[in-house]
Amino acid sequence: MTAAVLDRRLGTADDAVAGVVPTEVVRPSGAQEVAEVLRQAQRDGRTALAAGGRTKTGWAPPPSSADVLIDTTGLDRLVEHTAGDLVVVAEAGLRLAALQQRLGAAGQWLALDPPEQGATLGGVVSANASGPRRLRYGTVRDLLIGITVVLADGTVAAAGGKVVKNVAGYDLGKLYTGAHGSLGVVVSTTWRLHPLPAARRVVVLDLADPLDAGPLAVRMARSTLTPSAVELHATTGGSGALVMVFEAILESVRAQADAAVALLGGGHQGDNLPDQFGKRPGGDGDLVLRLAFAPAALPAVLAALPEGTAVTASACTGVAYAALPAEHAAALPALRTALAPHDGTAVVLSAPPALRDRLDHWGPVGDALGLMRRVKDRFDPDGRLAPGRFVGGM
Amino acid sequence: MASLPAPAPAPAPASADAGSIAGLAERLRKAVGVGRVLTDHAQLRTYECDGLTNFRVTPAVVVLAESRQHVIDTVRLCAKAGVPFVARGSGTGLSGGALPVAEGVLLVLSRMRALRPVDPDNARVVVEPGVINLWVTRDASPHDLAYAPDPSSQLVCSIGGNVAENAGGAHCLKYGFTVNHVLGAEVVLPDGSVVHLGGTAPEHPGYDLLGAFIGSEGTLGVATSLTLRLVRVPEAVQTMLVGFHSVEDAGGTVSDIIAAGIVPAAIEMMDALAIEAAEAAVHCGYPAGAVAVLVIELDGPQVEVDAQFAQVERIALARSAFETRIAQDAAERALMWKGRKSAFAAVGRISPAYFVQDGVIPRTQLPQVLSEIGRMADAAGLRVANVFHAGDGNLHPLVLFDDAVEGQAHDAEELAGAILDLCISSGGSITGEHGVGAEKRTKMAVQFTPEDLDTMQLVRCAFDPDGIANPGKIFPTPRLCGERPGPRTGEHPVQAAGLGEVF
Ligand SMILES: Cc1cc2nc3c(=O)[nH]c(=O)nc-3n(C[C@H](O)[C@H](O)[C@H](O)COP(=O)(O)OP(=O)(O)OC[C@H]3O[C@@H](n4cnc5c(N)ncnc54)[C@H](O)[C@@H]3O)c2cc1C
Repeated sequence: MTAAVLDRRLGTADDAVAGVVPTEVVRPSGAQEVAEVLRQAQRDGRTALAAGGRTKTGWAPPPSSADVLIDTTGLDRLVEHTAGDLVVVAEAGLRLAALQQRLGAAGQWLALDPPEQGATLGGVVSANASGPRRLRYGTVRDLLIGITVVLADGTVAAAGGKVVKNVAGYDLGKLYTGAHGSLGVVVSTTWRLHPLPAARRVVVLDLADPLDAGPLAVRMARSTLTPSAVELHATTGGSGALVMVFEAILESVRAQADAAVALLGGGHQGDNLPDQFGKRPGGDGDLVLRLAFAPAALPAVLAALPEGTAVTASACTGVAYAALPAEHAAALPALRTALAPHDGTAVVLSAPPALRDRLDHWGPVGDALGLMRRVKDRFDPDGRLAPGRFVGGM
Repeated sequence: MASLPAPAPAPAPASADAGSIAGLAERLRKAVGVGRVLTDHAQLRTYECDGLTNFRVTPAVVVLAESRQHVIDTVRLCAKAGVPFVARGSGTGLSGGALPVAEGVLLVLSRMRALRPVDPDNARVVVEPGVINLWVTRDASPHDLAYAPDPSSQLVCSIGGNVAENAGGAHCLKYGFTVNHVLGAEVVLPDGSVVHLGGTAPEHPGYDLLGAFIGSEGTLGVATSLTLRLVRVPEAVQTMLVGFHSVEDAGGTVSDIIAAGIVPAAIEMMDALAIEAAEAAVHCGYPAGAVAVLVIELDGPQVEVDAQFAQVERIALARSAFETRIAQDAAERALMWKGRKSAFAAVGRISPAYFVQDGVIPRTQLPQVLSEIGRMADAAGLRVANVFHAGDGNLHPLVLFDDAVEGQAHDAEELAGAILDLCISSGGSITGEHGVGAEKRTKMAVQFTPEDLDTMQLVRCAFDPDGIANPGKIFPTPRLCGERPGPRTGEHPVQAAGLGEVF
C-alpha cells in the first residue's frame, strides 16, 4: 500500500510514449497505490501519465513532459463477473483478451473488438478504441456502465454503477472515454456484457470500384438484416471488398447471408473471417488516420483520399481507418477540409517519427474547445496529467 | 401523481429584491417579446410543479421560448443578473427536475417544436427540444425508421426533457437509452454562449461532453437542437403475454431468459395490484387470476424471432406459467402494451394517492427483492403495486396511500425511501430513468461517496461556475465552485436564492 514497496524504476527507451522517454516508471498494484503516486507527484510538482498494454501510445501526440509513467498492468484483477446479470467489474490493467477468455467460458463477451493485441481495458477506454462490430454493439460509451478513476490530486472517484440502467449523477464514464488519460488514471471499469453468438456466416463481395461500397452500405443499413459488422477493405484508385458478418443462431445467419447476397447482387459465403478483418491498415512508414463522418458520406470520403490509400471502413457507421503513404502527408489539411461538410474529422493514429511532430494531430475541434479546457482545468488545474497530449495542446 | 399537501411557500431569500426580478422581467420582455414573459401569479401557478406534484414552487418569471435566440437572450440576461433559471420541457418529469426556483426564471421550451426532414440514408433527424418523443417515430416511420427510446410518457414528453433525464423505456433493454441515440446537441451554456457537442458523425476528437450533458437534468445548460439517431424497423416483432401464479416465478423467468443469452426487445412485469388497476382503467383483458404477468417482445429477423419465441415459451413453462398469449396482429399487441403503458395513471383507480418510485437492482435479484418489498409493505401496513422494466432490473414500485388518513402520506414516503435503500444495498441504483431531481438528492449521498460527488461537481463547475442552471437538483449539498478565472462579484446566486432553506 505504500510507496516504500511500490515497484519503481528509471524509464528506458522501451518506455517511450510517442517518442518521449519518461524519467521514472512505477507499477502500482491497486487503486490506492495509484493515488499515492499521484499525491506524491502533486507534492513534487511532477507530471504523470498512464499506460497499459502500450498498443496505442501513439494515438495522442507526444507529451510535453513525462516525469512519471504509471504502468497500469499491475491492476489486472477480474473483480466480479455476475454471469446472470451480464455484468463484469475488472481493473483497468487487465488485458481485454484475457477478459474475453474468462467471459467466454460462461458463453459471454464484452462486445468490443479493437484489433490491438495486448490492449488493456483502461487503454481501450482512454483511447476509445473500437472495431468492426461497433455496428451492432456500439462502442465503449455504449457498454461501460461504471468507472473508477484517480484524479490528479490522488482523489479516488467512481461514477455509474453495476447495473445496466442507471441515471444517478453525471455519467463521468463518458468523459474519461477517449480522454487519453488527461483527466485522471482509470483504475477500474464495469461493463455490460453480451451473450456469445452461436453461429457465424460471412459474405464477401469483391468490388472493382471501392466507391460502390457507399450505396451498397446504405442498402444494407436500410434493410432488415442485422449484421454484426459491414467492413470495407479497399485501396483508393484500386479495388476493394465488402465483408458482411452475421452472428446469431445458425438458422438466422444462414438465412441472412442468403438474403445479403440477394440484396447486394452477389458475394461469396463462408464461415471464416478474412485475414484483414478488423485490422487497422498500414505499416510503420504510413500516416494512419482515424476518420469519422456522416455514414452516407463514405463515397465522398473515399474520393477525398489520395490515390493508393489503404482503407478499412466500418461501412455503415461512418468510421474509417486510412493509411496514407507518408509522401501524401501534406494532403491532411485538404482532406480535413473535404471532410468538414460531412461533419467529418481526421485524427492521426500513427506516423513516422520524423513526420509526427509537424502534424496537427487532432485537427479542428469546434466551438466546444473552450469548454473542454474548462473541464480540464477543473480536473487537473496544474496540467500535470499527460500534458500536451490532448486537443488544443491540453 | 402523488398528492401530498404543498409544502409551505419558500421563505423569501434574504437578498432577493423584488425590484431586481422586476427589472429582469422587463429586460426579458424587451428581448423576447411581451407575450412570452409571464409574471402574473395565476399564470405562474401553472408551472409550479412537474409530474412530481408534491413539490411545488412558484417561479418569479416564466419565459415561453420560441426560438434558439429567445433561449440565448433569456440565459444571458439571467447570467448577467445572477438569477437562476430552470429549463422545462413538457413537465412530465417524476423527480422534480423542472421544479422552479422561487426567485428565478422558468424557461419553457415546449413551443420549440420544429423537426427537420428525416435524413434516411444517414438515419438521422434534427429536432428542437420541445418536440414530443412520439413525433420523431411518426416522421421516421415512412422511411421504415424509428426513434428507439420510448418512455411510457412518449405521447407527451419532450426530447429536451428526455435528453436531460437520459430517459429510458420498455425497449431500452435491447436498444439502449436516450444517451445511445443522441449524437449531437446545440447547447446554450449558463453564461449564454453556444456550443455544439457531437454532431452527425459517430465520433469527434475531444472530450465526450455530449455524453456528460445527457442525463445532467438541466444543470449544465439548455439544449436548443438535438441530432437523433434512428433505427431500422425490424423485420418481425412478436409480443406475448404470460401469466404466473407467483411474482417469484415471473421474476425467475426474466432471469432465465437473460441467462439463456436471449436479448428480447422488452420484458415488462406487472404484479396483481398493477394488473387490477390496469384492468379497471383500460380493460386490457390480462389473464384472470394472474398474480404477475410478463409482457415479452422479441424483434429482429423472422427466423430468429421464431426460434427465440419458442425458447422463451419453454422457459416460462418451466417456471409454471399458466397462460401464454401471443399477439396475432398489431391491434392485439397494442392492447397488451396499453395495459402496461397506462399502469401508472391507472393506479389512481384503486388508490386515492400514490408515489411512483424508480430504482434499479441487478436483475438476478428480482425474486428476492420483490419478496422483500412485499414484506416491507406489509410491515408498513401499505400496498405496493409493481409495474416495471424487468429486463433491466428497473423497478417502479407504486406506493399506494390515502391522503385523507392522518400520517399515511408520511409512512408512504418512508416506505418509498426504504425501497431505494434496498436497491442500493442490493448493488443497484436510486434511479434508472426518472432522475434524481429535487426528490432524491439526499439519497445521492448514500449511493456515492463525497469524493464521487465532488468529482461530478467539477463538471458542474466547468459548465456553470456560478451555479445558476437548475440549482438545488441532483446534489445533496449546493457547492460553490471555488476560484475560477475572472472577478467574482456579489453573493453566490445559490445562496442568494436561499436554496439551502428551500429544500
Ligand atoms: C405516466 C408517466 C410515465 C413515464 N414513463 C417514463 C418511462 O417509461 N421512462 C422514462 O425515462 N421516464 C418516464 N417518465 C418520466 C418523464 O416523462 C421523463 O423524465 C421525460 O424525459 C421528461 O420529459 P419532459 O419534457 O416532460 O421534461 P420536464 O419534466 O419538463 O423536465 C425534465 C428535466 O429536463 C430538464 N430539461 C427539459 N428540457 C430541457 C432542455 N431543452 N435542455 C436542458 N434541460 C432540459 C428540466 O430542467 C428537468 O430537469 C414518465 C412520466 C409519466 C408522467
